[in-house]
Amino acid sequence: MTNRLKELRAERGWSQQALAERLEVSRQSVIAVETGRYDPSLPLAFRIAELFELAIEDVFTSPSKEASS
Amino acid sequence: MTQRRAIKRYNRAVIILSLAYVAALFTALVAISRYGLSGAPAYLLAILPSLPIIGIFGAIGRYLIEESDEYIRLLTVRQTLVASCLALSVATAWGFLESFDLAPHFHAYWIAVIWFAGLGLGACVNKLLCDRSA
Repeated sequence: MTNRLKELRAERGWSQQALAERLEVSRQSVIAVETGRYDPSLPLAFRIAELFELAIEDVFTSPSKEASS
Repeated sequence: MTQRRAIKRYNRAVIILSLAYVAALFTALVAISRYGLSGAPAYLLAILPSLPIIGIFGAIGRYLIEESDEYIRLLTVRQTLVASCLALSVATAWGFLESFDLAPHFHAYWIAVIWFAGLGLGACVNKLLCDRSA
């Protein structure tokens, strides 16, 4: 599942460590989500979206939409 | 519980249990092998070194429950699955070899040793999968 995490983080000038601290996860987790290596659970995806004050679909691309595009 | 607290608690438990294992093993060796202790006390002392090892399995389980970082939890679960797969596979294969008198007797506690080695292998598998998908 692709996402805009790296782009949103860069817009705010946050490092991966700073984002990890805000989300209360490890930097390793932020890297895994950013690179699309790990799809977060729904609660974590919501926490990420809420942190950026965006809807969840503005941060993560639905896999079905990805397939059709 | 924060991720840091969970791993700190796990590390502390492993250190304490490892020290307890060394003390229990030393006590059992001296009492049974050197002084020839027998009967019920010998059984109790012989089983004593296994208890801290069982405690480490429990500590790993507790860590998995307390770890709040879901990605780290996933990596740890994968690591323990690799370890379990390795230990059970070796135990099964060796059991058949032994039953056909093709291999010498193997003390069952080595399964735990292989399982701990499997944790190392699991960490390598995690690294490999992470590098491959990066």
